[in-house]
Amino acid sequence: MKSLEELKAIRERVQGQMNLRDESGTDTRVVIGMATCGIAAGARPVLNKFSDLVQEKNLTDIIVTQTGCAGMCRYEPIVDVFVPGEPQVTYIHMDPEKAERVFNEHLLHGKVVEEYLIPEKMQPVSAK
Amino acid sequence: MFRAHVLVCGGTGCVSSGSAKLIDLFKEEIEKQGLKDEVAVVQTGCHGLCAMGPIVVVYPDATFYAMVKEENVSEIVEEHLLKGRVVSHLVYKEESDAGENVKSLNDTDFYKKQTRVALRNCGVINPENIDEYIGMRGYEALGKVLTEMQPEDVIDTILKSGLRGRGGAGFPTGQKWKLARELVQDGGQKYVCCNADEGDPGAFMDRSVLEGDPHVVLEAMAIAGYAIGASQGYIYVRAEYPIAVERLKIAIGQAKEYGLLGENIFESGFSFDIDLRLGAGAFVCGEETALMTSIEGKRGEPRPRPPFPAVSGLYQRPTILNNVETWANIPQIILNGADWFASMGTEKSKGTKVFALGGKINNTGLVEIPMGTTLREVVEDIGGGVPNGKKFKAAQTGGPSGGCIPAEHFDVPIDYDNLTAIGSMMGSGGLIVMDEDNCMVDIAKFFLEFTVDESCGKCVPCRIGTKRMYEILDRITKGQGTLKDLDRLQELAAHIKDNALCGLGQTAPNPILSTLQYFHDEYVAHVVDKKCPAKVCRGLLTYTIIPEKCRGCTKCARNCPVRCISGTVKEVHTIDQEQCIKCGACMANCPFDAIVKE
Repeated sequence: MKSLEELKAIRERVQGQMNLRDESGTDTRVVIGMATCGIAAGARPVLNKFSDLVQEKNLTDIIVTQTGCAGMCRYEPIVDVFVPGEPQVTYIHMDPEKAERVFNEHLLHGKVVEEYLIPEKMQPVSAK
Repeated sequence: MFRAHVLVCGGTGCVSSGSAKLIDLFKEEIEKQGLKDEVAVVQTGCHGLCAMGPIVVVYPDATFYAMVKEENVSEIVEEHLLKGRVVSHLVYKEESDAGENVKSLNDTDFYKKQTRVALRNCGVINPENIDEYIGMRGYEALGKVLTEMQPEDVIDTILKSGLRGRGGAGFPTGQKWKLARELVQDGGQKYVCCNADEGDPGAFMDRSVLEGDPHVVLEAMAIAGYAIGASQGYIYVRAEYPIAVERLKIAIGQAKEYGLLGENIFESGFSFDIDLRLGAGAFVCGEETALMTSIEGKRGEPRPRPPFPAVSGLYQRPTILNNVETWANIPQIILNGADWFASMGTEKSKGTKVFALGGKINNTGLVEIPMGTTLREVVEDIGGGVPNGKKFKAAQTGGPSGGCIPAEHFDVPIDYDNLTAIGSMMGSGGLIVMDEDNCMVDIAKFFLEFTVDESCGKCVPCRIGTKRMYEILDRITKGQGTLKDLDRLQELAAHIKDNALCGLGQTAPNPILSTLQYFHDEYVAHVVDKKCPAKVCRGLLTYTIIPEKCRGCTKCARNCPVRCISGTVKEVHTIDQEQCIKCGACMANCPFDAIVKE
């Protein structure tokens, strides 16, 4: 170990992974439906995409997690985004490319990707 | 990259309840489900809730599975990791929690009231992977010290933080370092030692830190080496802690490989090395002068102080010796500042303290609380109270050097000075809870038996004095004591306190003195009434058969190992008190509850 920079480099490399175990700073939650319906529709690569992106960028305030069936199997893969203080946002028919766009526009810059949203009449009560 | 981490506790408690096998099974099952690249399995150190082991925590949602069995693994992998459904019937539930609430780790009463400084990484990182330690800001404090701070600044920071020795006596850590730096300045070798010879019955926080976060000790020792001008450190650890020894070896190897130990660390010109020394398990070797004598390869016996180790310690050179838990606080103080640390705790006891909860308590395990927390909060809120609806009687702190705190002091804020004032001491942090079924004379006898066994024999007050005290206690528990014996105990205790050579002897009478003070009635009951109120002391018990209840089934007579119960079938039986050995076998076997002990 020659310098603090080397130490810092190791830390940054590992930190994205370690943040996964930190419960204190996690604010925004990205929740992927991973029931049989979701998995069959391709939720797993979506989950992995989100998880990778968040860790690559070393974001400490976003937690990527999974949930069961929400009952709207025909819209799977479904991704819910919960930003504190804002209504729940539900994206449907997701795939890894769409996930990347949601990550870049919504999670990084706060702009909801309108075209992937669930139809108005299906939105959960809390979002209206 | 992994989207989820499965943390399996690898502390000694969980390993002995089978966690090592779980790790293999999780890996196998995860591979089988094709999740190998998505889910990581990590072995961690102790989570603290040893009573509920083996413990498995799944991140990112911090789902807390308790008492996981081998056959549960496939269900957790399939349901939770594959399908995202928490396996609620395996999730840890608290006694107070009547509902089916699934709580994450930090929401449980057990963790919510804790403040984790020394244990911050235990149960969170993989102790065998230096990268994970670095990912939690590990070795940053060492880097900061070597590149930005003068040795004097380091000592000042530790002094200002108010950190006191966690081994029990509570000597200010900064003061120790300052003396070791300033008293001898001849440019010769100085030493930094870590006391990991945890010997108090019931205390296991040092083991857990070494098993769960070994690098923190290495980092802290290197910081101290820089502060006092030492280039060599020794960790004296019990050979009975095989997992701790193994992980320390791994950690030292990794730190050397990364250049965080060895020559010219961070190109600062500072070099520091650490070696392990294994202790053979003598209690006295936890005493600082005996420990250093033992490192030198001699018989572990204490010597009088002064000279203090800061002037003449290991190999007659200036030495500092701190306990594992003390070391675990150092990097955090450097990183967060003295004021941050001093903001926790009471006026004279800063920071947090780790306690090992044991005895008659629901949540057996390790807890870390800010100084000044009351005993009531520790026992009732965090510890989950006394099991089976029994009444709290006393808490024993400080092991064989401490005393018993009765229920009347339940609301005293725990810190060094308060505990001493009520006749106990902080000690290394063992906290044994006792309920109405514990006999206080018997407890005092238990601890005295321990000190008699462990006395090194070098000085007379300890070698002979503790033996005499033990004999008196033994007489009392057999119903042969007199009131005069109680006075003699007081007198002997005072002599031993004043005249013993080292801390072990000086504090050995404490268990007797504190029980005499708070539970005098119980002693009197033993010597005057010849009764043991808690029904523990065998010599004072009588087993009798209630004639009205006895149906003459002969079961007691058949189970009596000394055949002292007589009677024929369908007739009332009687116990021959002369021959009875009070084993209780008859009472345990009576189907009609016809036998009582008094």
